[in-house]
Amino acid sequence: MLRRDFLKSGSLATAALWMPGFLKSLETPGAVSVNGRKLVIIQLSGGNDGLNTIIPVRNDIYYKERPRLGIKREQALSLTDEAGIHPALSGLKSLWDDGSMAILNSVGYPNPDRSHFRSMDIWHSGSPADAYWQTGWLGRYLDAHCAGRPAAALELDDTLSLALKGENTKGLAFQDVKRLYESTRSAYFADYVAAGPKSPNDEKPVDYLYKTMAETLSSADYLFEQSKKQPTQAAYPPTGLGRDLKTIASLILADTNTSVYYASLGSFDTHINQDGQQKRLFEELNGAMAAFAADMKANGKWQEVLVVTFSEFGRRVAQNASGGTDHGTANNMMLLGGGLKQEGLLNPMPDLVDLEEGDVKFVVDFRQVYATLLQRWLEADAQKILNTSFQPLLFV
Amino acid sequence: MLHHLLWRFGFGPRTKSWTAWSALPQEVWWPKLRDESLAAPQHFDVADNAVKGLLMGVGELGKMERRELDKEQRKALRKQSKEDLQNLNLLWLEEMTHTKAQLREKMALFWHGHFASRNINILYQQQLLAVIREQALGNFGDLLRGVSKSAAMISFLNNQQNKKQHPNENFAREVMELFTLGRGNYTENDIKEAARAFTGWNHRLDGEFVFRKWDHDTGNKTIFGKTGAFGGDEVLDMLLEKRETAWFIARKLYRFLVNEQHIPEDRIRWLGDRFYDSGYKIMRILEDIARSDWFYAPENRGCLIKSPVALWVGIRRTLPMELADPESQLMLQKALGQILFYPPNVAGWAGGKNWIDSSSLMLRLRIPQLIYLNQELDVQGKADDDQQMGQTGRGINRRLTADIDWKPAMDMFSQVPEQDLMEKIGGFLWSVRTKNLPKSVVEAHTQHQTKADRIQSTIIQLMATPEYQVC
Repeated sequence: MLRRDFLKSGSLATAALWMPGFLKSLETPGAVSVNGRKLVIIQLSGGNDGLNTIIPVRNDIYYKERPRLGIKREQALSLTDEAGIHPALSGLKSLWDDGSMAILNSVGYPNPDRSHFRSMDIWHSGSPADAYWQTGWLGRYLDAHCAGRPAAALELDDTLSLALKGENTKGLAFQDVKRLYESTRSAYFADYVAAGPKSPNDEKPVDYLYKTMAETLSSADYLFEQSKKQPTQAAYPPTGLGRDLKTIASLILADTNTSVYYASLGSFDTHINQDGQQKRLFEELNGAMAAFAADMKANGKWQEVLVVTFSEFGRRVAQNASGGTDHGTANNMMLLGGGLKQEGLLNPMPDLVDLEEGDVKFVVDFRQVYATLLQRWLEADAQKILNTSFQPLLFV
Repeated sequence: MLHHLLWRFGFGPRTKSWTAWSALPQEVWWPKLRDESLAAPQHFDVADNAVKGLLMGVGELGKMERRELDKEQRKALRKQSKEDLQNLNLLWLEEMTHTKAQLREKMALFWHGHFASRNINILYQQQLLAVIREQALGNFGDLLRGVSKSAAMISFLNNQQNKKQHPNENFAREVMELFTLGRGNYTENDIKEAARAFTGWNHRLDGEFVFRKWDHDTGNKTIFGKTGAFGGDEVLDMLLEKRETAWFIARKLYRFLVNEQHIPEDRIRWLGDRFYDSGYKIMRILEDIARSDWFYAPENRGCLIKSPVALWVGIRRTLPMELADPESQLMLQKALGQILFYPPNVAGWAGGKNWIDSSSLMLRLRIPQLIYLNQELDVQGKADDDQQMGQTGRGINRRLTADIDWKPAMDMFSQVPEQDLMEKIGGFLWSVRTKNLPKSVVEAHTQHQTKADRIQSTIIQLMATPEYQVC
């Protein structure tokens, strides 16, 4: 065969050889997406201080333990009589006001681990604290429901998080669609895969690699086309998260067959001088989130989107001597979207009296939240994915 | 066949010595590989003097036992340790690349994952690595005892907090679940009781093991049905007395060295029993594997996905190179998902298909071209809050700029007739057969100006393939 013949065979053609249903699945919007809903996870890396995010403005213990760091009631933006939100999160306060926000307090797990890495590992895998699982909770969702559906889960980063790694199906990580496209654009790779074995046998590692390669090249093509289809016209702040949410918005507007988007912001590891650092990060979160919500609303997509924030742990109730806080345990999660069935504070503010080694005790198991997202939002088999049965909550 | 042996029990063939190796009859391959690893290893010492000063002190030993660092000292230690750990990482990579003791370093990498410990203290990490490299081919019992008494493991698994009044079960649990028996071979009560036996196992600031008898629970414990006032050493002995430990290690080694998908149970029993009967001689089980016929069976060849470290070291052995910026290798490890001294958790790296996702695979495929074309390594790993303490920011992109010494490759291939070249190069680089090598595709994407161009670009292109990812 001549070289030019190879060059004509693009990556999408390659994919057709490998995955007969691939092209078809992409040509019929909605056909493979479970219900058109999107889950957007924003990871607040480093352990965000939840007590200075959703502030217990009537709690004397909070002010007593945080004489310097505590945010005064008049500075916080009022949510309810007993709760305020960090002053830098005014855009979230507006979402609260229009019924697009819910807060779940004291989320965690038994026997909490205070190491960033281990606790993040637990949150990503969805394992009990004494088990080591090698796949992520969203990865197992991909295994169970999205096999043969590339680009079902996307992470806005250079490398893929454990959360999105399934046994056989994995999410796709990239910073920027164009760069992803260019890095896979090498004609050599496309030609090479096209000439590869024609009867893929998942058992053999080499075939697994061919399959992953073909899926990557095809997904890169597909996402590049999608990103050009209906790029958002809205203005986003020129920050990392702003860019990530803008990319996500453009893909959503183009009806991309993606159910899960994953982005991160950090570092919230505020052992010293917490005020400035948390404020700066919250400004980034606030600007990006406000633009994203407005964009989705303007385009009639807000009902289909659910944004969820989490952190590997919260922080100690008492401030430390360096103007910061140390690693804690249970924390709050924020839920944002037009499709919430319950809004506002979903459960009581954290109990600051009954602590464990100075940390908030967990009341809601994070896997119960996962079960809710999987079962009630993505319509997936939560019990199979989490390997345990959790009673779903009712917020969606 | 030789290729298979050198990739599984080492980091692949070195181009320069390939011709000499392949001239040898098959029966001497294994003894040669084994004998080249018999000498005791040179220990690495990269810990900065400031770190040693803080941890080892200058005063008498008695004082050191209870000495603690203040906040500023801890901060300084953390900072310096992080830097030194990077140096230890790079030094070990150099050793893996250049040493003749391939078997020892490959096995050290195996034990490094088996006895996984994340610890930011450079002194403790290099002490643990010394134990592992020393015993990598020695006796598993000695290795287990050495690791269990290392400061790195004691502190990683919280045994300093394991005291008579408040037992901490972490160490007892992991030693059974991950280091010896494996799940299903002990009860929760065995863990509880064993934890009491390990109370008082601690370490000094300088990393020396210390037994704090006032923290030790001297009462009777019942473990595996036996009752006595056991201490930690006796628990380790009890674990070694169980054949399940030998089978557990045999299975894990089989997955690392032979095949991770198809694991015949009778073979594991056979290997494990002989390992057990030898008194846990690691060389015994390695030898049993290397000398078996099934090791070379077609179904066991080309079936393992190379770990990122093995892949990278293998590339460097194939293409000797001078890296302009050795630290770029740290970025590479991070982006590929395996950083030495930073295992994901105490269970070590999961391996196999877990190494592969879209981004890690594309980067693996692009590495040879990045070096050859001197392109930017435009990929960054994730931030690590345990290390960076909140001070994150995106780093700079690095270049894998390297001066490749092409002479060994040219010596090997310059006399090969053009029509056989691709087949020959593929046969040297790949662990799978070259039967399906798409010659016209590779041909279309290589340079033909000179024979040297042709050889070099063919090597690069055949490394940038799915086939090169497996061994």
